[in-house]
Amino acid sequence: MNDDLILLGHGSGGKLSHQLLDELIIPNLSGVPAAGQNDAALLNIGGVKLAFTTDSYVVDPIFFPGGNIGDLAVNGTVNDLAMMGARPLCLSVGFILEEGFLKSELARIVTSMREAADAAGVAIVTGDTKVVPRGKGDRIFINTSGIGALEHSLSINGAAARVGDKVIVNGCIGDHGIAVLSAREGLEIDSGIKSDSAALNGLVTELLPLGDALHVLRDPTRGGVATTLKEIALQSGVTVQLSEENLPVNAGVKGVCSILGLDPLYVANEGKLLALVAPERAGEALAIMRRHPLGKDAAVIGEVTESSAGRVVMETMVGGVRGVEMLAGEQLPRIC
Amino acid sequence: MNYQDSFRDKELVQGLARRIAELTRGRKKPLVFMEVCGTHTMAIYQYGLRSLLPPEVKLISGPGCPVCVTPNGYLDRAIALSRLPDLTITTFGDMLRVPGSSSSLMEERAKGADIRVVYSPLDAVRIAAANPAKRVVFLGVGFETTAPTVAGSILAAKAQGLSNYFVLASHKTMPQPMAILSADPDLSVDGYICPAHVSAIIGADAYRFLCTEYQVPCVVTGFEPTDVMQGVEMLARQAQQGESRVEIQYSRVVRWEGNAKAQGVLAEVFTPFDAPWRGIGVLPGSGLRIADAYGEFDAELALPVQVEELKEHQGCLCGEILKGKVAPGDCPLFGGKCTPESPVGACMVSSEGTCAAAFKYGR
Repeated sequence: MNDDLILLGHGSGGKLSHQLLDELIIPNLSGVPAAGQNDAALLNIGGVKLAFTTDSYVVDPIFFPGGNIGDLAVNGTVNDLAMMGARPLCLSVGFILEEGFLKSELARIVTSMREAADAAGVAIVTGDTKVVPRGKGDRIFINTSGIGALEHSLSINGAAARVGDKVIVNGCIGDHGIAVLSAREGLEIDSGIKSDSAALNGLVTELLPLGDALHVLRDPTRGGVATTLKEIALQSGVTVQLSEENLPVNAGVKGVCSILGLDPLYVANEGKLLALVAPERAGEALAIMRRHPLGKDAAVIGEVTESSAGRVVMETMVGGVRGVEMLAGEQLPRIC
Repeated sequence: MNYQDSFRDKELVQGLARRIAELTRGRKKPLVFMEVCGTHTMAIYQYGLRSLLPPEVKLISGPGCPVCVTPNGYLDRAIALSRLPDLTITTFGDMLRVPGSSSSLMEERAKGADIRVVYSPLDAVRIAAANPAKRVVFLGVGFETTAPTVAGSILAAKAQGLSNYFVLASHKTMPQPMAILSADPDLSVDGYICPAHVSAIIGADAYRFLCTEYQVPCVVTGFEPTDVMQGVEMLARQAQQGESRVEIQYSRVVRWEGNAKAQGVLAEVFTPFDAPWRGIGVLPGSGLRIADAYGEFDAELALPVQVEELKEHQGCLCGEILKGKVAPGDCPLFGGKCTPESPVGACMVSSEGTCAAAFKYGR
């Protein structure tokens, strides 16, 4: 096979993306720690601990039920900081616009960016705008970078899962991917599903008092809950046992997934987090989530059962058992 | 509980599992049942149904994934067509990553070929109508479930007077490979879980000859977990009673005579031919090509192109896997050289491929 070209799969967040990072990008840069295992870099600048992250947004279509590319660009970067347990402080924004893009659409997008930033309590403090000739871009691409303050000494990361931990999700899974897909040209499905795009830093602030009992926080975006849990299992060297019966999934998401042959476990979320919490504090963590507006449907979906080379297994809704692997290839390109 | 959930009821499934265990208890040689449809393969893996069955029942996967049974030569022709100027390839998404002899459609797209994923062949007709200066080719791959919609697209193109819409047809039809597998001395299949939606088109009567000529029980089975478990239970019951007949488990959709309208459209636009199946070879009357009366829409006739020399993939056991002789994990390439992201064989690519299912759910 030809190996000279960038393929769509290189942007999927899966194995090809990791290869591209490890074999081409990181070796040619200096000072970058080994392949992006976490959502943000941790910096210590003169004793001040900071988290720093960046993300680009190319979602298609740019407007979808429950949001648009603008609030997604704010929430996604805020969430990358929040998953490190950092308090998001400020963002930058870079717009790449295609010649001929409607100013009215840009205004809608910028307005929702402001609203999302206000809701998350972050400031957008710097930015840049470029325009490319018609046909050389696709209406609008947005990059946001963010800085957050680390104000605790907890070690919340993907390698910190321990045997006995409960896996908790803050609500129904798969809404974002299905909302975007439903709005796509040629597939207009009226599923009634809205994207869950939301900033999770407020919810994380509520969870931080759990202290040492809070082991892992991750937002299951591309590749869905399955891919994120498999990453955690691999990083921590544990087996995670899931219960399909306990997975919260909206009826509309179930329906669209059935029609299109998708598995909600692999569909992207933009306002969900997975928390792995020590069993003695798991009930408390669940209660905290359920009190929060973004955690009404929170549920314990599984637990860490043993040390291993990194496995995820699931008891299916009919009582069978199967393995859960990472998403391979692109299930739905350009969902964020 | 909604309609869908009732077909995924845990207690029903577990009750069926108990009945299957009772029907097969004490058997020395396990009963081998083959599912011939890729959607069944996926359902069996996705719901972990094997883990619910007793050791006396073994489920194996057959040649029921349309992408998987499509030979390299077809891909090579599609790739060659995609390199022609002013030509757009339209296809279902699964075909993109299937490796041909030396390239794939995804690679050709990265190099600049105009290759578009559509959800229906009628979308391809719309693209042709909107782009009269382009030649638009739809990759017609699939069994009797897909073939009528492709036939419909050709009828629609004719009705609209389009001269720039073509189909590269490699449709396959169902009962023939099951006869070959039934006659194979290396395989002893004790029952077929017959396809659900293919049977809705061709009708359950199509399988009768398998029962009379090869004494293999056949149960036309739906795709939900209670369907599959009930289908297995019906096969186990026939085996226990020494019977071999066709039964319809999926009676909410499938009729004995099938769908006459769809059969009529197929007979109008297509004509049976001796089709090549990956791993199995050429089977008499097992495929559908475009009938002479619609030759102007046949990409193979209307768009002659130089196709590269055929190369098979070294070490790939797709062919044996499609016949149910080898399990995915027994292929030396599985999970190492061959993964869904850099597949060697088609079984690892298609969303209904046995290797893809085993990779995603099985390990």
